Amino acid sequence: MAPLLTMTGIKKHFGGVPALRNASLEIEPGEVHALIGQNGAGKSTLIKILTGLYRRDEGEVTFAGAPSHLSSPREAQNAGIATIYQELNLVPLRSVSENVVMGQEPKSFGFMINWPEAHKRTREILSRFGIEIDVTAPLGSYSTAIQQLVAIARAVSMDAKLVIMDEPTSSLDSSEVEILFGVVRELKSSGVSVLYVSHFLDELFQICDRVTIMRDGQTVGCREITDTSKLDLIAAMLGRNAKEIEAEGLTELAGGSAAFDEVVLAVDKVATGPRLSDFSMSLHRGEIVGLGGLLGSGRTEAARSIFGLDTLTSGTIRLKGKEFKPAEPSEAIRARIGFLTEDRKAEGIVPDMSVRENLTLALLPSLRRNGQIDRDREKELVDEFIRKLGIKTSHMDQPIRELSGGNQQKVLLARWLATKPDILILDEPTRGVDVGAKREIQAIIRTFVDEGHAVILISSEFEELVEGANRIVVMHEGKAVSELTNPGITENALVRALAHHEDATT
Amino acid sequence: MLDQNAFDMRKYISRNPQSVAVWIALFVLIAFGLLRYDNFGGAYNITSFLNYNAMFIAISVGMCFVILTGGIDLSVGSVAAFTSVVAAYLSPYGIEVAMPLAILSGVAFGLFNAVCIVFGRIPPFIATLATMLGAKGGSLVISGAQTIAVDWGSNFTQLGMEKALGIVPWTIVIVGILVVGLWIVLEMTSLGRTILAVGGGEDASVMMGLKVNRAKIFAYALSGGCAGLAGVFLASGFGAGQPLEGVGWELSAIASVVVGGTLLTGGLGSIPATVAGALLLGLVFNILNFENGKGWISFSAYWQMVIRGAFLFAVILFQTRVMNRQSNVEFAK
Repeated sequence: MAPLLTMTGIKKHFGGVPALRNASLEIEPGEVHALIGQNGAGKSTLIKILTGLYRRDEGEVTFAGAPSHLSSPREAQNAGIATIYQELNLVPLRSVSENVVMGQEPKSFGFMINWPEAHKRTREILSRFGIEIDVTAPLGSYSTAIQQLVAIARAVSMDAKLVIMDEPTSSLDSSEVEILFGVVRELKSSGVSVLYVSHFLDELFQICDRVTIMRDGQTVGCREITDTSKLDLIAAMLGRNAKEIEAEGLTELAGGSAAFDEVVLAVDKVATGPRLSDFSMSLHRGEIVGLGGLLGSGRTEAARSIFGLDTLTSGTIRLKGKEFKPAEPSEAIRARIGFLTEDRKAEGIVPDMSVRENLTLALLPSLRRNGQIDRDREKELVDEFIRKLGIKTSHMDQPIRELSGGNQQKVLLARWLATKPDILILDEPTRGVDVGAKREIQAIIRTFVDEGHAVILISSEFEELVEGANRIVVMHEGKAVSELTNPGITENALVRALAHHEDATT
Repeated sequence: MLDQNAFDMRKYISRNPQSVAVWIALFVLIAFGLLRYDNFGGAYNITSFLNYNAMFIAISVGMCFVILTGGIDLSVGSVAAFTSVVAAYLSPYGIEVAMPLAILSGVAFGLFNAVCIVFGRIPPFIATLATMLGAKGGSLVISGAQTIAVDWGSNFTQLGMEKALGIVPWTIVIVGILVVGLWIVLEMTSLGRTILAVGGGEDASVMMGLKVNRAKIFAYALSGGCAGLAGVFLASGFGAGQPLEGVGWELSAIASVVVGGTLLTGGLGSIPATVAGALLLGLVFNILNFENGKGWISFSAYWQMVIRGAFLFAVILFQTRVMNRQSNVEFAK
C-alpha cells in the first residue's frame, strides 16, 4: 500500500537560521505514527509546513498520492489534514457547538446556519468521546480537559484522512487519556492516520505503530515501536548512547532520605472553597515536597492558598513558626515565597519583552538606585542567571517569545530565584519542556534546595514526583488524603495511593 | 437534555449577563418617562426621537461589528460628515441616486481602513484615526468648509418626512431593516459567527481555517457604509451637508456598543443590545428635555452631558457587578 504522506528533504530557514535541515516523514494509511524530539528539534516547524502555516524552502511532500503545496490551514483542512495544536486553538467565548462546527456548519436555505442541526451534530460527535455537556454553553466555561477533547472532536468531525495531535494529553487526567486513546484506536480502525506528537514516551508504546525521531532539524530515525525501548528513544533524541545514559540515571533528581528538622511551612486543615476543602502539609528546610494527584484534585488550589491568591475560609498556615495569612501575592513574595505558575503563557512571560526585562520584572524595585534602575547591576544579574541556568539565548535583549519553551521556563525560574525566595512553589515546572531542558531544570531545583531552601513541587508526571520529591502529599478531591515518605516512594505506591485515596505507606 | 427551541429567560441571562443591565436601564427609563411626562409615549415624541436617533443607531451597529472582531473604528463621525456633504451635492438627482452613492463613499472609507488593517498590518486604532483626520479634511475641502444646502426641489428631504404606509418615517424603516438584517447576519450566518470567532481569538480562527480576513474586511466596510447612511440621514434631516458635524460620534457609538454589553476586546456581544445602548443614550437627553419642559429645573446642554456621563457610568458599574457575580457562579461550579 502506498503511504498516505511522504515528506522528504524538507528544509526551512527563518532569517538565515535553519529550523529544518533535512527532515522527512512517512505515514501509512491507518497508522498511528509518533513524532518525537527535543524542543527545537523541528517538530513544530515540520507540522506547520504540513498544515500550510509555513511554506517549505525545499523538499517534496506527497499527500494521498498527489504532490502537495498547501498554503493555509484552510487548504490543509479541505485536503483532509486536521490539526490539534499544543496551545488550544479554539475560541473560549463562543459556544461548544460553534467551536466544533465552524468552517462547515450545517445550513438551511444555503446561508442561514441551522442551529438545532449544529447542536445535534455536536452532541453526536461528543458522545463518541463519552462527553455529555450543554453544547450551547461557552466553551470557556468547561475545564481544560473538556476543551481539549472538544478540539479533538472538531478535528475528527472534519472527516480527515490525517489527524495531527500535538501534545494532546498534556492537560488530561488518566481517565481522559483513556478516552482519547479510545478515539485514536477508533480512528485507526476506520482507516484514518494519526500523527501523534508527545513528550510522554510511555503513551507512545500504548498506541503508536511507528515513531519518527527528530534532532536539530533533521530526521534521525524511524522505528517500529515494538523494536524499540524508552531509553533507546531518549538516547536517539539526545543524540547519545543509550548505555551511557543508563549508567548515569535518567534524571539528576534523586530523592534522598535525609532527615529534616527545621519546619519552614506548616499548613493545617486549610480550605478556600469547593476545590480545596481540607489541605494539610509541612515543609522543611532543604526539602522538596511533591503534591500528587489527578487533574482537579486541588493541587494548584493548594499552591494558590499558600501564595495568597485565594482567601482561606478555614485552617491556618504557619511560616517559620509565625501565623501567616497572605491577603495577596505581594505579601507572600515579601515573605520570600515564589510561585511558578502552571500556565507560563498566560501568567508568566511577557512575550514581546526581552529576556532581560522578563527576568528582572519582579525585581525592579530592588534594582533602583537614586530613583533609577541600576542598568549595570541589572545586566550583571541577568548575565549571572543566563550563565548559571544555561539559558540559551543569542543575547539578553532577545524577545523571549523567540526562545524555546524550556528556555522560557528557565527565564521564569530565574525571575523567581533572583528574588531570593526561601520557598518556591513550582506548578508543572517541566510541562511542555524537552528532555534535556527538563533535566537541567530539575538540577536547578535540586541546587536550590541544597542551599537550604525548600520547594513544593506539583507535577502530573509521576516519574518526576517520585524521583524529585523527598515526600509526596497525595491529594484527592480537594483534600490531602495521604503522604508517602522516603524510603517507600515508588510510582506504584503513588498510583496505589491515588487509586485508593488512603495512606499507602502504613 | 435541554430543549434548545424554547426561549429560556434564565439561560439568556446566564449567557448574556453583560447585556442584562442595558435592558433593565432602558426599561426603567421608559417607565419613568411614561409615568412622569404626558406626551412621552405619544406618537410624535416616539417618531421624532427615533427619527433623530436613527443615524446614531446606524453607526452603533456598524461599530458593533468592528468591535466584535476585536477592532475599533474611530473614523465613523468624520465619514458621516463627509458623506452628508456627498449626499447634499448629489441631492438634485434624487434620493435613489444620492443615498446609494453616499453610502458607497462611506464603504470606500471602510474598505480603505480594512486594507490598512488587514494587509498593511496597521493597528485599527491608528489606521482609523488617520482616516478620521483624512475624512474630516476631505469633507472641509469638498465643501469649502460651508454647509451645503440640499436641493429642496428633489425628493431627497422627504426621507425623514415621508412615511411608509403613512405611519412610520422611512428613516426608521431603513434603520429597522438594517438592524434586523445585521442581527440575522451576526447570529445566523457563517460570516457573523466568523466575526465573533475572530474577536474571541484571531489566531485560533486562522488555525480553524476560517476566513478571517474576509470577516474583518466586511466589518470595516460595513461600519463605513453605516456611517455613510448616517451621513445621508444627517443631510436629509437638517437639509444640508454638514462638514463640521460628526465630532465625537465615534465615541457615542463606542459607548452604545459597550453599554450594550459587547466586550471591547471582541468575541462577545449583541446587535439588539447595541441598539438598546444607542436608544438609552438618546433617551437620557430626551428625558432631560422633558424635565426642562416641566419648568421646575433647567439643565443647560452642558449639564445634560454631565448627567449623561454619570448615567453611563452607573449602567456600566451595574453591568460589571452583574458580570462579576456571574463569573463567580461559573467558577464555583
